[in-house]
Amino acid sequence: MATPAPIIKQAITQPRRENRTKDAIPLNDLEKRLLNEYQKGLPLSPTPYADIAQRLGTSEALVLKILDRLQQLGVISRVGPVFKPKQVGASTLAAMAVPEALLEAVADQISAYPEVNHNYEREDSYNLWFVVTAPNQQRLEQVLDEMERETGYDILYLPLEKQFHIDLGFPLWC
Amino acid sequence: MVLNEQDYRLIAEIQGGLPLTSHPYAEIGERIGLDEKTVIQRIDAMLESGIIKRLGIVVRHHELGYTANAMVVWDVPDERLNEVGEKLGALDCITLCYQRPRRLPDWPYNLFCMIHGQEREKVLAYIDRLVGSEGLADIPHKVLFSGRRFKQRGARYQ
Repeated sequence: MATPAPIIKQAITQPRRENRTKDAIPLNDLEKRLLNEYQKGLPLSPTPYADIAQRLGTSEALVLKILDRLQQLGVISRVGPVFKPKQVGASTLAAMAVPEALLEAVADQISAYPEVNHNYEREDSYNLWFVVTAPNQQRLEQVLDEMERETGYDILYLPLEKQFHIDLGFPLWC
Repeated sequence: MVLNEQDYRLIAEIQGGLPLTSHPYAEIGERIGLDEKTVIQRIDAMLESGIIKRLGIVVRHHELGYTANAMVVWDVPDERLNEVGEKLGALDCITLCYQRPRRLPDWPYNLFCMIHGQEREKVLAYIDRLVGSEGLADIPHKVLFSGRRFKQRGARYQ
């Protein structure tokens, strides 16, 4: 990778550990319908939640309460847009092969970058996988270089070349 | 669609999620000095042009019990890539299917699919079935289940 410009230290955010194991959160029928039917197509009307409530035969207050609760529980991360990769800014999937004993420490180093939104372990010799997002390609490469220098491990740089699936959200019957 | 400076402010404001209140678009607009109608129009334009793939509830599979998350990577001959990618991408339970570059000699795989399931054995059985049904027996593949999650949040571009 190209030699980067002098390092501008990013504000380091505290790494968030999200490897808690817990039982699946049970959903009632209304919650299931809400999740299955509104992963796309949130109404673009002044009162989208009231419109959803009307279609589901319930009240806006209950829809908002359910969404708020599921967000608190971490079942939903947000109600909002999913951007098409490569349309806004630059991003890539990346992987590292890290000795098992050092994995947590290196993962924390990677998670500390504000440009990293997902960072997780996979069962492979390439055991650390993460997604890096930056305002532009130059900054993206700079961040990847910085990560390689800081951790001492090479990065497998795997940017998206072509998308084959149609993103309709995730059906809960799989 | 060409994004203007106003659109970037709008993206920055909505990428973390819309407010869970009666008039979310009006509220977003108030924060960045746009009226409700403009907010709705610009989001609609971004959906139309494909910049926004979907607008809705973003589910976290893990918390719903979909803890068996497999990334299946395939070393597809270049001349079969489109055919295989389109087949896999059309399957219901494959949530992502992307072509990515090979990195030889370390990494020969050029097609990446994501499958979320509730149990590892069922995901493996599903993969076995689709290898048979889609005629992929001669294409090398590898299954990488996910382990610990160290960080997860929506992308921030700004």
